[in-house]
Amino acid sequence: MKYVVLIYGNPESRTAWAGMPEEQRAAGLAYYQQLNDDLDASGERVVSERLADVSLTKQVSVQNERTITTDGPFAEVKEFLAGFYLLDCESLDRAVEIAARIPEARFAKVEVRPVMGLHGDEM
Amino acid sequence: MTTPPIAGLLRELAPQVLGALVRRYGGFDTCEDAVQEALLAAATQWPVEGIPASPKGWLITTASRRRIELWRADTARQRREETVAALAPPDPDPAPAVDDSLTLLLLCCHPSLTAPSQVALTLRAVGGLTTAEIARAFLVPEATIAQRISRAKQRVKAAGAEFRLPGADRAERFAAVLQVLYLIFTEGHTVSSGAVVNRVELTAEAIRLVRQLRAELPEDGEVAGLLALMLLTEARRPARTRADGALVPLAEQDRRRWDAGAIAEGVELITTSLATTPVGPYQLQAAIAAVHAEAAKAEDTDWPQILTLYDLLRTVAPGPMVTLNRVVAVAMVRGPDLALAELADAERDPVLAKHYRLDAVRAHLLDQRGDREGAREHYLAAARRTLSIPERAYLESRAALLA
Repeated sequence: MKYVVLIYGNPESRTAWAGMPEEQRAAGLAYYQQLNDDLDASGERVVSERLADVSLTKQVSVQNERTITTDGPFAEVKEFLAGFYLLDCESLDRAVEIAARIPEARFAKVEVRPVMGLHGDEM
Repeated sequence: MTTPPIAGLLRELAPQVLGALVRRYGGFDTCEDAVQEALLAAATQWPVEGIPASPKGWLITTASRRRIELWRADTARQRREETVAALAPPDPDPAPAVDDSLTLLLLCCHPSLTAPSQVALTLRAVGGLTTAEIARAFLVPEATIAQRISRAKQRVKAAGAEFRLPGADRAERFAAVLQVLYLIFTEGHTVSSGAVVNRVELTAEAIRLVRQLRAELPEDGEVAGLLALMLLTEARRPARTRADGALVPLAEQDRRRWDAGAIAEGVELITTSLATTPVGPYQLQAAIAAVHAEAAKAEDTDWPQILTLYDLLRTVAPGPMVTLNRVVAVAMVRGPDLALAELADAERDPVLAKHYRLDAVRAHLLDQRGDREGAREHYLAAARRTLSIPERAYLESRAALLA
């Protein structure tokens, strides 16, 4: 079963991260590396990425067949998508167990959503 | 997709070659890697150079050489003394090949492994599929399957599993094998056809592996039952989806499109096995599929017999899906009111309470009873909960018909 883990940041979590001493930040990154290594070893990580700053977002819309982009948001938003994992694991319980290892689960927000597939039972 | 002749031959020989190597040298994990490399070499060389006179001998020799190279490259491993015997490739026909594939199956379905790992390892070591083919079949990157297989082999090794038939826990180990083979089948059966190009037909692979198992255990009623269940289910495949991938419910399928050959074989198998062996869950499910298969029109279905079989199945192997499917049979025999009352009981099971199929069945029953608004509401609730794109489309279309 595939699950997406969505990791949200918020202004407080970002400030806390920026204010951390160097060693603590390095430890945080090492912690993520360990998580990724573990998930690679078990074959459960399909892909994961950390996203660039929310201010680098391009919002895209098509109006009258023209593509229009707007930058931002720049103003402090309450929460923003900061990264994601695509997992392929045995069950929702296992996906939740993995999500709980993500540091943001302690001070920001982490969501687990099942991915839809092309399977279809006979009705 | 039909299997090209060389690929088919390689898949057939894979467990025999692996069995010969493991018997000779031990070390399932290294032997398995070596066999996989030999298969890949054959897949590129044979189409150009032709199939060798003894394909099995060629594979054993190539895999034996690769095993030694892998073994030498593995510097972290403690160097053991290489005897002359260990360097010579094994005899291509040392022991009956069939025994080996059963032993391999049991090893791949070892209880220390999770279900996805059992499935991946079985498909590679016994099914002879490449990592890339397995990855495409499960719509995940090749690296994910490669990791899963290598981790599974480490686990099997760490668990101290041996290359021999189990003793005391025999029944459980065999049950796990059947479950893994059925999982491979359902994975292939439920995915919309044509969703992925060059996808290995997992249903065909599962049927092939069960046939292989049946050759070794011809007296086993549940192996026969599983094969019958797969054949009878697969027979409906041409009718169960429309050209655009939309699901067609059993009651509305064009039965002329069912595969009559597969039905005849499945019915014959299940009839014989029910008469001669103790009954088990796969046989009962196959018997239910056979009753459906024998009805030329949906209206001709012998629902009282299906209900009797579900009653038995509920005793032998109770489970949430058995409960739900039985409720559908209750509605056909005793009417939707009684079925709805049973559904309310079933809902107390927390697994079912949140399952989209409970809503789908309730919608179907309400529809039968003429409650269009209630049916629509539950079809939509089911559509929101399913994880399947074709199912969501089907449930939404049912809801739309009732609007």
